[in-house]
Amino acid sequence: MGGSDNSIPLGRGAAGSAASSSARKRGSPKGRRVDPQALGEVRKLLGGALRRRDLLIEHLHKIQDAYGHLSAVHLAALAQEMRMAMAEVYEVASFYHHFDIVKEGETAPAALTVRVCDSLSCEMAGAKELLRKLPELLGKDVRVIPAPCVGRCESAPAVVVGQNPVLEATVETVARHVRGRLTKSFEPKYIDYAAYRKAGGYALIADCLAGKLTREGITKVMEDSSLRGLGGAGFPTGRKWRLVAAEPEPRNMAVNIDEGEPGTFKDRFYLERDPHRFLEGMLLAAWAAGVGEIWIYLRDEYAGCRAVLERELAKLKKDPPCALPPIHLRRGAGAYICGEESAMIESIEGKRGMPRLRPPYVAQVGLFGYPTLEHNMETVYWVREILEKGAAWFASHGRNGRKGLRSFSVSGRVKKPGVHLAPAGITVNELIAQYCGGMQAGHEFYAYLPGGASGGILPAAMGDVPLDFDTLQPHGCFIGSAAVIILSQKDKATDAAKNLLRFFKDESCGQCTPCRVGTAKALALMDSPNWNQPLLKELSAAMMDASICGLGQAAPNPVLSVMKFFPQEVA
Amino acid sequence: MERVGTEQLATMPVEFKLNGRTVVGRPDETIIETAKKNGIDIPHLCYMPGLRPDGNCRACVVEIKGERVLAPSCCRYPKDGMEVTTDSERAKLSQKMVLELLLSDMPEKEYRLDSELDQWAARLAVGLPRFPGRKAPAADVSHPGIAVNLDACIQCTRCVRACREEQVNDVIGYAFRGEHSKIVFDFDDPMGASTCVACGECVQACPTGALMPAREAGLAEIDKTVESLCPFCGVGCQLTYHVEKNVIKFVTGRDGPANHGRLCVKGRYGFDYAHHPQRLTKPLIRKSGVPKSASFTVDPANWKEAFREASWEEALEVAAKGLRDIRDAGGKGEGRYALAGFGSAKGSNEEAYLFQKLVRTGFGSNYVDHCTRLCHASSVSALLEGVGSGAVSNQVSDVLKAEVVFVIGANPTVNHPVAATWMKNAAKNGVKLIIADPRRTELERHATHFLQFNPDTDVAMLNAMIHTIIDEGLVNEAFIRDRTSGYEALKENSKQYSPEKMAPICGIPAETLREVARLYATSKGSMILWGMGISQHVHGTDNARCLIALTLMTGQVGRPGTGLHPLRGQNNVQGASDSGLIPMMFPDYQRVDNPEANERFEKLWGAKLDTKPGLTVVEIMDAAYAGKVRGMYIMGENPAMSDPDVGHAREAMARLEHLVVQDIFLTETCYLADVVLPATAFPEKDGTFTNTDRMVQLGRKAIDAPGDAKPDLWIICELARRIGLDWNYKHPKEVFNEMRKGMNSIAGITWERLERDSCVIYPCENEGDPGQPVVFTEVFPTATGRAKFVPADLISADERPDEEYPTVLITGRQLEHWHTGAMTRRAGVLDALEPEPVCSIHPLDLAGLGAKPGEIITVQSRRGRISLYARADEGTPRGVVFIPFAFYEAAANMLTNPKLDPFGKIPEFKYCAVKVTRGGAVPGNPGYGKGSTLKTMYG
Repeated sequence: MGGSDNSIPLGRGAAGSAASSSARKRGSPKGRRVDPQALGEVRKLLGGALRRRDLLIEHLHKIQDAYGHLSAVHLAALAQEMRMAMAEVYEVASFYHHFDIVKEGETAPAALTVRVCDSLSCEMAGAKELLRKLPELLGKDVRVIPAPCVGRCESAPAVVVGQNPVLEATVETVARHVRGRLTKSFEPKYIDYAAYRKAGGYALIADCLAGKLTREGITKVMEDSSLRGLGGAGFPTGRKWRLVAAEPEPRNMAVNIDEGEPGTFKDRFYLERDPHRFLEGMLLAAWAAGVGEIWIYLRDEYAGCRAVLERELAKLKKDPPCALPPIHLRRGAGAYICGEESAMIESIEGKRGMPRLRPPYVAQVGLFGYPTLEHNMETVYWVREILEKGAAWFASHGRNGRKGLRSFSVSGRVKKPGVHLAPAGITVNELIAQYCGGMQAGHEFYAYLPGGASGGILPAAMGDVPLDFDTLQPHGCFIGSAAVIILSQKDKATDAAKNLLRFFKDESCGQCTPCRVGTAKALALMDSPNWNQPLLKELSAAMMDASICGLGQAAPNPVLSVMKFFPQEVA
Repeated sequence: MERVGTEQLATMPVEFKLNGRTVVGRPDETIIETAKKNGIDIPHLCYMPGLRPDGNCRACVVEIKGERVLAPSCCRYPKDGMEVTTDSERAKLSQKMVLELLLSDMPEKEYRLDSELDQWAARLAVGLPRFPGRKAPAADVSHPGIAVNLDACIQCTRCVRACREEQVNDVIGYAFRGEHSKIVFDFDDPMGASTCVACGECVQACPTGALMPAREAGLAEIDKTVESLCPFCGVGCQLTYHVEKNVIKFVTGRDGPANHGRLCVKGRYGFDYAHHPQRLTKPLIRKSGVPKSASFTVDPANWKEAFREASWEEALEVAAKGLRDIRDAGGKGEGRYALAGFGSAKGSNEEAYLFQKLVRTGFGSNYVDHCTRLCHASSVSALLEGVGSGAVSNQVSDVLKAEVVFVIGANPTVNHPVAATWMKNAAKNGVKLIIADPRRTELERHATHFLQFNPDTDVAMLNAMIHTIIDEGLVNEAFIRDRTSGYEALKENSKQYSPEKMAPICGIPAETLREVARLYATSKGSMILWGMGISQHVHGTDNARCLIALTLMTGQVGRPGTGLHPLRGQNNVQGASDSGLIPMMFPDYQRVDNPEANERFEKLWGAKLDTKPGLTVVEIMDAAYAGKVRGMYIMGENPAMSDPDVGHAREAMARLEHLVVQDIFLTETCYLADVVLPATAFPEKDGTFTNTDRMVQLGRKAIDAPGDAKPDLWIICELARRIGLDWNYKHPKEVFNEMRKGMNSIAGITWERLERDSCVIYPCENEGDPGQPVVFTEVFPTATGRAKFVPADLISADERPDEEYPTVLITGRQLEHWHTGAMTRRAGVLDALEPEPVCSIHPLDLAGLGAKPGEIITVQSRRGRISLYARADEGTPRGVVFIPFAFYEAAANMLTNPKLDPFGKIPEFKYCAVKVTRGGAVPGNPGYGKGSTLKTMYG
């Protein structure tokens, strides 16, 4: 009888297992229907914001922030509101760690989420114990989950309660934050717009626009200074400006503050102290390369920095020192891969963070298909100082025949972890002794990671290799973002390698076979007490050679380092 | 040095080294393609010709000298002097490792016999994988047509690209990340509960068997593949039947000019009706004394109550004698007007041609028609009047060359699904898509402009556009001057229809009407496509006249990416009309009252021909009701379901003294027959079929007909002989060659060329002509060579809503069901997907009735009443209901209004007044369909 179908509520057509029953077919067209109430709620949240597809992640954040999760009814409503297919919305929402999709009949996550960083520095500092103890202590109303590096390695172990980072966390301090519902990020003390301008800030960019400096002139300074991209790839900055400027208009700029490489926290360090120095550098670079519009991509983990940037950008736009190009701040959503330049571009376009194949390079076909100048945040942070002090000033620094300054993010078993600005080419032994106050008590230097998770692992015996671009390659390592993690005799290189491989497996975007399957299979092989070294080497070769992007290409580095430099651990 | 443009540069040859050998490639041809041409096969999985290369599987990586890492050869283009190695140790290590990694996660169970992964692994001698396997995901068998075996998925995303970029159905996503990456439907829903429309493009794209036809069809030992056509709509998709022991196991799309490998759910999964146990296998003769009644109850399993089996000899003789007796009674040859024939737009050109020749030379009259009368007759009359040809000016795929595409009164994602894919592709490429329809349909999401106008106000809306174009000086004066006549009358007439005045009538804001008119008029190429929302009105001809006027006044015709395209419904409605299956015209639209044409065919056929145009479908039914037509021969049509006011039509047929029906199932029309002749289904015969694009294509026999069922052509000939015609056609080819003598448009098409190419587009007047995809380029095929403007005024629908019947009924089709459902409700997957009759209604209107979705409601008009399930659909406008007409147990045509358009004689299927109430009788069981077909056929 028709009457037996009365239980199918409007707008919930695909809910539950009755979905394909004849009742569903009678009552509604194919698939999930849009719930009118949910549609109203989504419309209210979005307000007058544009429904453009590139804003999908921004809009997902609005729902996640308001409801603590993304319910299927809201997602369906959002899809209709944005005139997108449901699959297009779902694949994006499910890609990012910071979105919690809750389908019909599923339980929503607890209102408060506690993220325990379990990347290498924090694991060495006791993250595992926190993960073991916290769930029971905090109870059902709090969700405790492990999280990849949150960029607080100098204060390991780091735990983020809601959006509030708890530094050098203990179960007690975390519990106190939870009990007090201290979930908003603390705000750093920084040089604000007024103070920055008062100290001469933005005079340089104003001079540029006033015709007192030339594009050619400042580009030449950058070339002479030998400043290279500080995100990890090390592409010469001045050359990049020139390349992009030679492409046809319109040109875009994308600034990468998706600082996710485990052990790296330098971008946050500078952003928390002098945000306008970065913004002015960004404007200078944009001007030099003839960029018309700028997007800043900030990782979602840096909620404090986001508040700072939102506020300071508003001040800048309200009282501009000169004509400004449109500047957009985009919020990541928890994905290491979006630090890869083309994955970041995809994410800014509102898509999953899947790296693009190159060629074409982003300088030619980048954001929204236009030539794009992409820079790491720290790279442009230095632009003003180099232009003011001259190319020679920057190039005058350096040791062991290397030129320039590097901001080392040092963590692990040293006395004074933190960001240390040191000459390029410094050795790790010098860095520990001269900048980090030596090793912690009871710890002897055993091994170090010169460049975060991707840069490989070297033994203490190789502590005199200069740290800079190009100096580590002969050893199968690289400096990358200059995230140096120090291991002691209490640590094992194999444990570190497993931690890193687990990270790569979790953060692989899933696009290409060597990385998606390779990271999982490598980790499975490493779980065996006796590594199948020939197979691991063969697999590593394929991953390095055939993966699409740097993640898969570099993922085998720790494995190979262990087999090469720490054979005793895997015999 | 001469300057070369970018386009030339893109095709200049590139010399590079491939495995040490110098080869010539192109800058727009990937390395893998050039390698293949040079006899070098590079392993690949995610790469599939026809899909955008994605480069994700990395099985095709090659070494390029000087590059740090390997490069995917499916995505890389060669450069001069490049040195590429596909088979170095380094490249092979990665190629093999990729295969091994994927193999390690494959299930034990095989889903197909020709997995591409297995084939490449064998070729590269990849042994047993050395890695532990993953945790296998569970299978999803929620869909009746497609099995989802994600344990065999290699994440190559071919299905995603097929679904999203090729078909643009946008159901499949690639969700989650890393090793959890997964193919999902909508929100990771079971496929059967998703918005999936089962086009099966994903299945065709899948290399490993992760997506397969359900019920393990992929494991069948195929003994024969036959290149043929889809038997359903007018798009004319080419397909391949895969046959095992005379049973079609599955179907794949073929690279035909209309579909390029694409199919829809009907084409891909609707083939098994041919194997349904209810197929007619023996001729049937009505038992004496069993009365005919309009109020019969269908039960195909219980035919013995009304019929007895007979030999072909007896059945043909009884059939012929009945026709002969009526023809020869009454003297003075008046008996010929007591006979009529309905041919079919589902039959081949040869069948249509012979059928009308039988009526014209055997019955002696022009009382022959077919269902074109019910779909595009008004479009054709307006087109013949305006531009001198009833066929389309441009192919559907021309939308890709247009700048603006205007789709009105059509729901192509449902009725012409593969044609709709080109429109969606065009929209994705940035073509401006304007959709005008009272119902919001799936295509709306892709539209730049959606005009949800009030039903019945087409002329008001279109006249407002015409007004705007004149008012704002956007007409193409040169085109009007050189190529048309009658513009002044149009201009004068349009004065009274300003957008501001028409806006309240059609419900579209004046500014929108103006904007759309501007877009249409000023683009480099604008194309109009329309469906039966235009034609099935009492003002259907006027609607089409307005569309023609739009194209003529702007000169948006006669070039690629412009023109007029009435989307034809049936697979051969174009061909059946071309072949003369219409009462006022001989083949090739030569009027029967034109002495020259009459003489031409009298000579060709060696018979005296009547010069009086015959009656049309609905007129014939009225004549039968009135006792004037007393005998009929109906081939492959089902007027007992498809005619308007079908209660009246059934009564008319019940009153016939003699009715011969030729079909493959015991249709509702067969129930009223004296003799039923079992015919062959589409895949059981050869013949040509003409699609909506004017493409004449060859359908080829794939299986033998069941029992004593006979080819339609044979049946027509046997009947012809028994009513006095000396026919001796042995093969469709002979019929086709005769047609060429009477039809200039196809005179140049040879059967041999069709056998070779499968498709030739007409006009093709001389052998060797390539055929003309775009017509009207220089002149119009009218007497003067000019096209003619015919202005139209506002005429209301015949039956407007009133207090008693306050709601508007629109009828039409569903994606899964074809015409009256005789075939599709007997196709397992299609029946499972849409098993029961439903009425689409706006959720708020439904709530207003106090009813919930899925409940039974009753819809009543002045002519009849049906009860069926209420389907809440936000796309249906308020105050309107929509009912598909394929369901016998709730036949929409019980309600429809038989009032005709005065020119096209097409009934007003798209508008009548009804009242809707909550509750009603549970729809009955027609003895087929209702979700039973899968079980009936596969246990």
